[in-house]
Amino acid sequence: MYYVVNQKEELKELENNMSWFHRKEKGIVTPTELKKETPDGLWYQCPQCKKVMHVREHRKSAYVCPSCNYHEKISSEDYFEVLFDENEYEELDKHLSSSDPLKFVDTKAYPDRIVATQKKSGLVDAARTGFGKMEGIDVVITCMDFGFIGGSMGSVVGEKIARGIDYARKHKIPFIMISKSGGARMMEAGYSLMQMAKTSAKLALLSEEKIPYISILTDPTTGGVTASFAMLGDFNISEPGALIGFAGPRVIRETIGKDLPEGFQSAEFVLEHGFLDFIVDRKEMKQKLADLLNMLK
Amino acid sequence: MYLEFEKPIAEMESKLADMKALADENEVNVDDAIKTLEDKIKQLKKDIYGSLTRWQRVQLSRHPERPYTLDYIELICNKFIELHGDRNVKDDKAMIGGFAQIDGKSFMIIGHQKGRNTKQRQMRNFGMANPEGYRKALRLMKMAEKFNKPIITFIDTPGAFPGLEAEERGQGEAIARNLKEMFMLKVPVICLIIGEGASGGALGIAIGDKVLMLENTWYSVISPESCSSILWRSWDYKEQAAEALKLTAPDMQKAGLIDGIVKEPLGGAHVDPVQMANKIKKLILETTEELEKLTPEERISQRIEKFASMGVVKEISVHELARY
Repeated sequence: MYYVVNQKEELKELENNMSWFHRKEKGIVTPTELKKETPDGLWYQCPQCKKVMHVREHRKSAYVCPSCNYHEKISSEDYFEVLFDENEYEELDKHLSSSDPLKFVDTKAYPDRIVATQKKSGLVDAARTGFGKMEGIDVVITCMDFGFIGGSMGSVVGEKIARGIDYARKHKIPFIMISKSGGARMMEAGYSLMQMAKTSAKLALLSEEKIPYISILTDPTTGGVTASFAMLGDFNISEPGALIGFAGPRVIRETIGKDLPEGFQSAEFVLEHGFLDFIVDRKEMKQKLADLLNMLK
Repeated sequence: MYLEFEKPIAEMESKLADMKALADENEVNVDDAIKTLEDKIKQLKKDIYGSLTRWQRVQLSRHPERPYTLDYIELICNKFIELHGDRNVKDDKAMIGGFAQIDGKSFMIIGHQKGRNTKQRQMRNFGMANPEGYRKALRLMKMAEKFNKPIITFIDTPGAFPGLEAEERGQGEAIARNLKEMFMLKVPVICLIIGEGASGGALGIAIGDKVLMLENTWYSVISPESCSSILWRSWDYKEQAAEALKLTAPDMQKAGLIDGIVKEPLGGAHVDPVQMANKIKKLILETTEELEKLTPEERISQRIEKFASMGVVKEISVHELARY
């Protein structure tokens, strides 16, 4: 008897799931303005206010939505374009690629994951370093790419940051770090952890030599990246709405067993608690960084 | 208390106890049988502890009877004066520290502290420090530097606390600050991983001239459980995760990420805490003496050089680069 009842219920559930058979909601619910034809590569739709604009317009406003100020997550290439004069820069250490010292295998072998990500993203690893002028000032910028295994920090990222800092020390020019990362890369385990130490060691030397270090924490900056170089700037700066934290929101929610307050771990929250110097709109970032560096001369 | 993989030892040991009791009761001589059984147990222990899997070592590192920081301090030091507070927010009980005397020589000892029973565990927050814990540690390290005393840190944490207030008070900043500042400490710094060495929470007090791991401990970027949950999307792959992470002392030494391993008594540090503590004491005294032969500048530059060389990268050719 129990079985029969159960079977009936299962059947009912199955029918309910067959939405083509029993349509639950009738009619078209998407508003017309959201149904515009948007061929790939030509139009950009803001994920926050849904406004549609030409990609050229979006790019011209530093990948910030002109109507709601939503800061789109962008790549190192885009940041270099935003910050370097005439988008001119020399890329440093671009030949560094990840190795597999631990022969790490989870659901996939690490080298396969690397190659697949390299092909998909067109990037060699999760950080790139450029040397060039920003409003006429020589700077070294290392920028992370979230598109490469969540911007995770393994040996390559650590080494690139370390060499970027060394370059800044050698030439006595300011170092700018743009963080965008989920944290340390698990597939390099102990090696990844030690990149936190390594980058901090290099920053200690930079600091001794009184060379300015600007840390820009962008959406998202968490884990071992927050707990090392990202929080060690002479100036810690962020963009509106960026997620910044040590532990991820899910882990915290699970630990304390409560929902997190609105705006928790946002750049505004972190500023309010005293860990950022200021938040700047990306469109004004270049000028403000240059003003700051000029005052230090 | 026996762990799952120690069950065969437990069985034989109870058999031995029975045999001894029976012999006493009936006043018969079974010395030969006892001797044979004892030899068997010895061999079994050698076999089991000689071929521990990585996950089994993780289990040993968390053994409920394992000595914690304050246990070692009590066994090693003639005197210890605990110092509290970060001078900003509060006193973090998951991170302890103070001046200590070992054979008449003064040290600053700092370490994570776990609790032994439910109440203590709660008070010690399971050895998970908040930002004020890392800031207390840094305050004490700076004080040690001021009075020119070597620093010993004991690492034993399942991670820095991932809580709401920890974020508000800057958990990331607190750890980051310690990493940077520890590189510049003028006094010798010796770091010992005595249990769990989980990620940034461990590293936050583990930048030293010598970083040593006890034999049955682990040190990595993430715990096997969390790694399993993220990479396999399930909590059930902790054994595989432990294997993949290569998180044991021999693994870390092979990778060149630590300076040495301290052998534990057969079965683990908890089997003979006094023997373990004596070994650690001797090691601390010898290592400090060795480090004190260097100038502060030499120590700092070697410390930086050591960590700066960690990591494995490969250089790809221009031809390969063109693919991207």
